[in-house]
Amino acid sequence: MLSDFIRHAPDNSFSRRHSIWQRMHIDIYLFLALLILALAGLVVLYSASGADWGAVYRQGLRFLIGFAAMFIVAQMDPRIFQQWSGIVYVFGVVLLIAVLVLGIGAKGAQRWLAIPGLFRFQPSEIMKISVPVIMAWYISRYSLPPKFKHIIGAAVLLVIPCVLILEQPDLGTSLLIAASGIFVIFLAGLSWKFIASAVVLGVGSLPAAWIFVLREYQKQRVLTFLNPESDPLGAGWNIIQSKTAIGSGGLYGKGYLLGTQSQLDFLPESHTDFIIAVLSEEFGFVGATVLLSLYVVIFIRGMLISVRARDNFCRLLAGSLTLTFFIYVFVNIGMVSGLLPVVGVPLPLVSYGGTSIVTLLTSFGILMSISTHQRV
Amino acid sequence: MMNNSLNDKEYEIRLFMRRMTVAFFFVALMVLVLVSRLFYLQIIEHDKHQSLSDKNRLEVLPIAPIRGLVYDRNGELLAENLPSHTLSIVVERVDDMSALVERLRELIDLSDEQVERFFKRLSQYRRPYDPIPLKIKLTEDEIAALAANRIFMNGVLVEAELIRQYPEGEAFAHVLGYVGRINEEELRDLDQGAYAGIRFIGKQGVERQYEDVLLGKAGYQRVETNARGRILKVLEKQAPVPGANIHLQLDKALQQKAYDLLEDKRGAVVAIEPKSGGILALVSRPSYDPNLYVTGFPTKLYNELRDSPDKPFLNRAIRGQYPVASTIKPFIGLAGVDGGYTTWTFTRNDNGEYILPNTDQVKYDWKRGGHGIVNLTDAIEESVDTYFYDLAYKMTLEPIHDVLDQFGFGKNTAWDIYNPFVGINPTRQWIKDKHGRSWYAGDTVNLGIGQGFMLATPTQLAIATAVLANNGEWMTPRLMLYSTDASLMDIPEKAQPDVQLNDAANWEKIHFAMQEVLYGKHGTAKRAAEGAAYRFAGKTGTSQVAKIKRDENGEPLDDVPEHLKDHALFIAFAPVDDPQIALAVVVENGGGGSSVAAPIARQLLDEYLLREPNDAQ
Repeated sequence: MLSDFIRHAPDNSFSRRHSIWQRMHIDIYLFLALLILALAGLVVLYSASGADWGAVYRQGLRFLIGFAAMFIVAQMDPRIFQQWSGIVYVFGVVLLIAVLVLGIGAKGAQRWLAIPGLFRFQPSEIMKISVPVIMAWYISRYSLPPKFKHIIGAAVLLVIPCVLILEQPDLGTSLLIAASGIFVIFLAGLSWKFIASAVVLGVGSLPAAWIFVLREYQKQRVLTFLNPESDPLGAGWNIIQSKTAIGSGGLYGKGYLLGTQSQLDFLPESHTDFIIAVLSEEFGFVGATVLLSLYVVIFIRGMLISVRARDNFCRLLAGSLTLTFFIYVFVNIGMVSGLLPVVGVPLPLVSYGGTSIVTLLTSFGILMSISTHQRV
Repeated sequence: MMNNSLNDKEYEIRLFMRRMTVAFFFVALMVLVLVSRLFYLQIIEHDKHQSLSDKNRLEVLPIAPIRGLVYDRNGELLAENLPSHTLSIVVERVDDMSALVERLRELIDLSDEQVERFFKRLSQYRRPYDPIPLKIKLTEDEIAALAANRIFMNGVLVEAELIRQYPEGEAFAHVLGYVGRINEEELRDLDQGAYAGIRFIGKQGVERQYEDVLLGKAGYQRVETNARGRILKVLEKQAPVPGANIHLQLDKALQQKAYDLLEDKRGAVVAIEPKSGGILALVSRPSYDPNLYVTGFPTKLYNELRDSPDKPFLNRAIRGQYPVASTIKPFIGLAGVDGGYTTWTFTRNDNGEYILPNTDQVKYDWKRGGHGIVNLTDAIEESVDTYFYDLAYKMTLEPIHDVLDQFGFGKNTAWDIYNPFVGINPTRQWIKDKHGRSWYAGDTVNLGIGQGFMLATPTQLAIATAVLANNGEWMTPRLMLYSTDASLMDIPEKAQPDVQLNDAANWEKIHFAMQEVLYGKHGTAKRAAEGAAYRFAGKTGTSQVAKIKRDENGEPLDDVPEHLKDHALFIAFAPVDDPQIALAVVVENGGGGSSVAAPIARQLLDEYLLREPNDAQ
């Protein structure tokens, strides 16, 4: 079986040869892959922002902060995450409540919390890390697979932040955080029967939700998601233009800085959520596949780290973070290429934007911590 | 216990490994989906998206050519292109549309109709950032007001374009025609490439006849635009070719004079230069302002004109068909004498009545009691009906039809007149088809004085007069003098074979008879020639609209309703020894040809022949 192969893969050579990295608590493969991805991201960003060095500079600064956070977190023993999980979680939930009461709005949603004169941030970013940590901590306290009552307990821990974020409203983030928690329970060995009945129940309740829960404007939005061509100049514009950008790139692309869709402003949000369209237009199928390969390398490295981890907590946490990371990639590329409805999910480490970079690199810091803090 | 816990641990690890394996395949599936999707969009559907992308960024913008100008024979401008300013709005740049429109209404004159039409266009499908017109043809004051307030109004555009202008207005409306907006029906039949970027098309008259050359050739530019429609780069440019300018045979001053002389009458004047066939004037009245077709006719005014009993939209000069009455006599007289049916010396005693041979039908002369003993010259001078009843009866239909045909009746001989009527030059077959009966001798007799079935347009009458003045030589009647487009000059010199006489001396004799109309003791139009500085020839005609009582001079005895009055006709050419101009005047319900039409002709001849050379410039 593949799992056996991965598990028994020799890793002695790695630890011996790179003992310096080991002592610095840096997973060199993961680090190199992330670095290449970050640099590639800056190159694409320069084009997508319309040759704006300012944007590249600010994004570079965020990478510096993010990598610094990654190194700091990597130094900590995974036990520390376990110990702090409860406090961070409660703190995060309090902040989410504060957002709903005191938060600042942007584009019709309240997601930000500001400390006047200092900075502002999205508390939901904390939960992206805090939720998998506390779920892994909670589930790994008991033997695996989890018993029903523990699943209920875990579900409560998961539902609270998800509902609060949904209230902001931020459907995308809420679903992704829910996914990270569900991955923990899944990896812990949630029985297939349970999964099957949950799926049946979920699908079965969709019509009821459609009739009783969703409001008219929400239904309308769902319908537009399903058929963007019905409103080509309004809500459907983004997705039509991004598909055109990707498709017109062809095999090798139109060349760096020569993508007409992005350079001539036909593609909205080209430097944030839709940046993959810029890359696909200018570097073609080849470029997009290379980028995707980078993500796959990072995913495989994360998988290796999780299967080699020292205990259940580390395994579940590393596995969940790795899977969630890839879900981000899938949802982003899926939505930009028209497979999924448009929910605001950035492309990890490539899209322009501060908090998500720092959060992601922090979670990779946790992976490095797990990777480099083996049994003592 | 230790063992047990170790087994538990081993079990937990195995469970995790199994789940991780499932997750791995799950991720592998996602990768496969994404790669397939990218492959589908970028490789399989590449061409489609490439063309969509090109369509986004590349635009071929047509550049409208400048329409050719139209001049008269002296280089006076008759149709030109003037810049007009249009106010339009780029909706995407406007925050509060109703506030903006309110503000604009304070600055310029905007009707409810214009605002309504604008909001209707707003609701229809359009490209983002396309300007939507709100008002066309802004006045200077409005342009200034908009320019002064421009900074306060985002998205407001004032754009200039060239539109057709007819400086001479009504007097030339019928002959020049007009351009109007291309309508849906025309759009279907048009060559879309040739008309790219062009919104107007010639609909009538010269504008229609010479549409192809006046139009010019559209240019284009291939440009790269951004999402806001701003032109970033011109990739390729093909300049438009302006339309050819046309110089017409028309004489502006003469045309204007003819229009003025017709005053409030319904009628037409056509003047021709016999030596060239050039049409000097082609006037129909009442008329309309052709400029209104360009800017858009106000509906109320249009309906008024369309429904008016005076029919201002009817071009009487080319589409008004009238009985030519006594103006036909010189032509029939010429054919009769040259064909041997009569001689210049043959006389008849006219007692005012003519009995159709072998019948008891009596035809009367217009003059009660008759003219006494008259020869052919007298018969033309005094317009003796009985003489021509007799002559026509002797000639029978066919020779009359032939001579009328030789002078261009019953057909169009003009080279470049758009959509004329051709009148009627009857034959035996024609009456059979039209009325289902045979041609009787009585019909021939009626034809002899230009009544009955024969109809002609003022243009045909003028052309025939020109040929008569020209001793039968047929110069192609035309509006075209010359054009910058050489192909337009390829006009056959003669429209049809010259009229050949057995005895060429008859030309001079018939010309003499027509001078007697003006200078003879009993000339029907002798008042019109009084004091003329040149010698001219002519013929009156009074065509009956209804049977009414008349005095011995043919004048109606009672007050007759306007629409039942006779049509007044007059044909003339001058100077006799070297004809420079031939013309036909028709005044509907004008009364007598001598009293109404002849004075008009006289004034036109004076205008054309006697004016100072620089008057025309």
